[in-house]
Amino acid sequence: MTGFLLRRLGGAVFVLLSLTVILYAVFYVAPGDVAQIACGPRCSPAQVAQVTEQLRLDDPVYTQYGHFLQGIVAGRDFSTGTGVDHCSAPCLGVSYQSDQQVMRLILTKLPVTGSLVVGAFVCWILLGVGTGVLSVWRRGRITERLLTWLTLAGTATPVFVIGLLLIIVFCSTLQWLPSPTYVPFTEDPEQWAWGLLLPWVSLALIESAKYARLTRSSMLETLAEDHVRTFRAYGVGERAVIGRHALRGAVAPVIALSALDFGSMFGGAVLTESLFGIPGLGRELVHAVKVVDLPVVVGMVLVTGFFVVLANAVADMLYALADRRVVLS
Amino acid sequence: MTTPLVQVEDLTVDFGDVRAVDGLSFTLEAGAALGVVGESGSGKSASASALLGLHRGTGARVTGTVRVAGTDVGAADEAELRALRGAKAAMVFQDPLSSLDPYYTVGDQIAEVYRVHNRVSRRAARARAVEVLDRVGIPDAVRRSRSRPHEFSGGMRQRALIAMALACEPRLIVADEPTTALDVTVQAQILDLLHDLRRETGTALLLVTHDVGVAAESVDEVLVMQHGRAVERGPAVEVLGAPRQPYTRELLASVPRVDARRPAGPVPGPRAAAPETGPLLEALGLRREFGRGSSRVTAVDDVSLTVHAGETLGIVGESGSGKTTLGRMLVRLDDPTGGRLRYGGREIGSLPEKAFRPFRRELQMVFQDPVASLNPRRSVGESVADPLRAAGETDETRIRDRVSGLLERVGLDAGRYERYPHEFSGGQRQRIGIARVLAADPKLIVCDEPVSALDVTTQAQVIALLGELQRELGIGLVFIAHDLAVVRQVSDRVAVMRQGRIVEQGAVDEVYGSPQDAYTKQLLAAVPTLDPARAAARRAARSELAVA
Amino acid sequence: MSEALLVQEAGAAPLAAPASGARQFWRRLRAQRAATAAAAVVLLLFLAALAAPLLAALAGQDPDTFHPELVDSAAGGVPRGSFGGIGADHWLGVEPQTGRDLFARIVHGARVSLGVAVAATLLQVTIGVVVGLAAALGNRRLDQVLSRITDINVALPLMVIALGLLAVVPPSFPRPVLIALVIGGINWAGTSKIVRAQALALKTLDFVSAARLSGRGRWSIARRELLPSLAAPVITYAALLFPVNITVEAALSFLGVGIKPPTPSWGQMLTEADTWYQSAPTYLLLPAGLLFVTVLSLTVLGEGVRTALDPRAASRLSIGTGREGRTKEQAS
Repeated sequence: MTGFLLRRLGGAVFVLLSLTVILYAVFYVAPGDVAQIACGPRCSPAQVAQVTEQLRLDDPVYTQYGHFLQGIVAGRDFSTGTGVDHCSAPCLGVSYQSDQQVMRLILTKLPVTGSLVVGAFVCWILLGVGTGVLSVWRRGRITERLLTWLTLAGTATPVFVIGLLLIIVFCSTLQWLPSPTYVPFTEDPEQWAWGLLLPWVSLALIESAKYARLTRSSMLETLAEDHVRTFRAYGVGERAVIGRHALRGAVAPVIALSALDFGSMFGGAVLTESLFGIPGLGRELVHAVKVVDLPVVVGMVLVTGFFVVLANAVADMLYALADRRVVLS
Repeated sequence: MTTPLVQVEDLTVDFGDVRAVDGLSFTLEAGAALGVVGESGSGKSASASALLGLHRGTGARVTGTVRVAGTDVGAADEAELRALRGAKAAMVFQDPLSSLDPYYTVGDQIAEVYRVHNRVSRRAARARAVEVLDRVGIPDAVRRSRSRPHEFSGGMRQRALIAMALACEPRLIVADEPTTALDVTVQAQILDLLHDLRRETGTALLLVTHDVGVAAESVDEVLVMQHGRAVERGPAVEVLGAPRQPYTRELLASVPRVDARRPAGPVPGPRAAAPETGPLLEALGLRREFGRGSSRVTAVDDVSLTVHAGETLGIVGESGSGKTTLGRMLVRLDDPTGGRLRYGGREIGSLPEKAFRPFRRELQMVFQDPVASLNPRRSVGESVADPLRAAGETDETRIRDRVSGLLERVGLDAGRYERYPHEFSGGQRQRIGIARVLAADPKLIVCDEPVSALDVTTQAQVIALLGELQRELGIGLVFIAHDLAVVRQVSDRVAVMRQGRIVEQGAVDEVYGSPQDAYTKQLLAAVPTLDPARAAARRAARSELAVA
Repeated sequence: MSEALLVQEAGAAPLAAPASGARQFWRRLRAQRAATAAAAVVLLLFLAALAAPLLAALAGQDPDTFHPELVDSAAGGVPRGSFGGIGADHWLGVEPQTGRDLFARIVHGARVSLGVAVAATLLQVTIGVVVGLAAALGNRRLDQVLSRITDINVALPLMVIALGLLAVVPPSFPRPVLIALVIGGINWAGTSKIVRAQALALKTLDFVSAARLSGRGRWSIARRELLPSLAAPVITYAALLFPVNITVEAALSFLGVGIKPPTPSWGQMLTEADTWYQSAPTYLLLPAGLLFVTVLSLTVLGEGVRTALDPRAASRLSIGTGREGRTKEQAS
């Protein structure tokens, strides 16, 4: 187990390092004049020169990359024109737009995205696994067909379409709910929940379809296995066969997929946040992209990559824990 | 007269258009043991499943009446059926690994079954599980009951399944090929266990098996099935000793005997008497290791052997003995990690792939699984033509002629050139595999369990074909098998493998007649005999060996 | 995507399924009613996309002409007439504010959506098959290197990277091509992992050993023995990937970083429609509905393809069951 963890850790560090190289190559080197982008389209050449000086864009690329890496590992100092701003490790740079440190920016946005993802996660697991179990329990009947088509529709609907429709129906037309707004949990838990209700439901409706399908197919697969025949041949009832044996077979894949989804969504449920105006990582990223705030973009991508890599390792581990037959290597 | 424990009348089972069981009737008295023997497709397993109503809900159509321990299985409702299953009649399945839930401990699974039929606490059920596990000979049952199935060996798993069957003290145990997935020594232990349990508890036993020897070891009465019908039924001594029906006679004649070489097999003759030409293939201290570091496993350990032209070397061993790895190394499908391999006096064990090319076709292999050894997406003619094309033959008519000739040589209709593998039976596919091997003009053929997936009558035919070809072409043959009787039939010399090593090697009659190594003795003692009377004596002998 | 999940996944595909020719495939596909219907819808969509200029001309419209007279500028640019201005001239009505013909924009939008998704899927499958095969057939070192590269590919969050890339690439680069490149280049790890796992499993089968014994070369074995057996899982996977790619393109355009106006795209129409849903609901419902129908049909068709290629799965799982985990962050 320890060996597995160490190897996974080494692999993760390698992947993340590669990620920084790729990002650096793509974002800083490839597309033209970074100083101009950083300064804005209406900057005069003199201003551009000043920015170049400030951001040390005259240095060779590898030196810049070195500084970037150094910032992550040991922190670095930035001249703000008037003084020096220390950015402690792990330092992902400073926003061109707001002069805010990217790491701090990410840390302030993380709880917002966290609120969205965790809440939605609870909803979609309950809904998805429940639907899956129900459709297995009622297999061959009308309920199953109905659920099958519903989940199929769920997988076919983009989250921004369902979200849009939910807003229109519940907020505008019926006016049952206020427009989604984000209120921090620490300020007002009730408002927090009400404000996030629609985003949770939208995400859960879409995501749960996938989990329903996974649960159902894993269970059906288990039901076709020999050991289920054994228990049926020993007089074990259908309820126990499905609830104990078939469901147990679905646990490992569902847990593993959850970890993956969780990880990738922590990098920002971009669409959901944009649609509902939730000020999380995803919306920040879209904003940064639109104004070409490179340090923020790179920082966000790196953090998301980190979560994905972490989630992959956790998924493999949980899978192996849930399915004792898998040997970690 | 009391009513029999099992009464089957005019049972018919249809799977779609296929009639698996066709008008079967038989009875089984309480405490008796009946062996249902037949080849694949004879409907023996379908009949056994019908006893517990296992066809229900599967789409199979069942007619006729089946009464087990007072329950009319066909008419019973779900609750009655559940009360029968496990409590009055319990089933032991073939594959012990897949028959247990991988996610729960063995003890929990047995306890679950026990609690279905008995209103007891969880704790009491667990105690019962430990009790039956202990009874079937699981050492340290308390601790082992907390293990999951994959932590058990094959034999232990089968014991655990039998323990599950015992848990509710059923009046009937239905065992469907209970030892087919097991090694011969383990098989003997499981059969002995079943025998002891039956004597001790008075449970009736219905044993379904393709192996006549297994039936002879374990039951009082035998029912021979073919094409879903009962061919012959009677006391085991009579049916196996003096069969009345032609099919039974044919079946028994096909069964290879471990105690004597059958005259139909390849005859050892003067061909072995030409050693002056030097061995065809020679292995010296051959080794193969897998993995590295702490997970390093030695699959083949310091094996030395020789094969001469025209001679058959049998290699026998149980699963995990390294015999397949050895076979693959002999034809260089696998690279040795140590030792030497000489072919015609030339070292080939360490030749790089390119330099080995010229010899590639001369060393061929016939594989075990007739399904996996042919590409399902290519016509059989194309598969057989492979070695010809690889040798640079481009003339299509010449290729076709040669392939047709080869197909006919192995006993197939040359007109089926364009057919795909799934249109052939297992035995036919094995013949196609042999035809492909012959297309390469080999000097030596390694046969890795070439008949273990086949029914006995087909087995006999394929073995006969191999013998003929060898006589005709004077090739060297390495015959790898777990079945000691088959190896005895075909081999001139035999090597016994255990844990990667050859423990004994010599002329076949010497090794079988007077084995020197303790393991060889144990193996030979475990082989089932066709004579029920001798089986009892051998059982006693086995328990002595086990003690010693 | 977790290796463990994928291995489980790959294990489900038939390694040595009986030969199933094209004819058999079509027969099995046609036997499924839902899949047949879905195939018809997909075919219709493709035809519409291919013939977009023709269809628009047939309606007497083009996607870019402004019709200010058709919108009520006093009311903020709401289309005149009922249901967003549906009529003989404008079959699906007109766009609010600009008055551009919606039918023409929708069929041209189909062109972009389907085209980008087709290109992206082809790219994903090509890269995936090449990398996966090379990893499975090459030596240990190559396998390690390629598997690492695949790991890195997995760690690239699709939406996030796409957003970033689309921001920095100069606008002169044609957007649809760029989007296809981004989706295809970032999201091929699933295919390569499946191909690698399948090829490794296939390699252990006896018929591959037999081919080696026949004296055939490595390349010949890969082509004749492995590739035909890999076709089924790869086609299945591609069929399931395709609707995902459509969604991704729509999502990027919805976020305003995908297809740029004036080129029409469904996702982009949705963004613009966002503010008009009360006064001109058809403007919102049309692209939303079409997106839904397209993705649904493609998904159903993908399931149908899977069933037709793997009849054993069909006996257990009816339409609507997916064993696929996720390819990557789709659109969340």
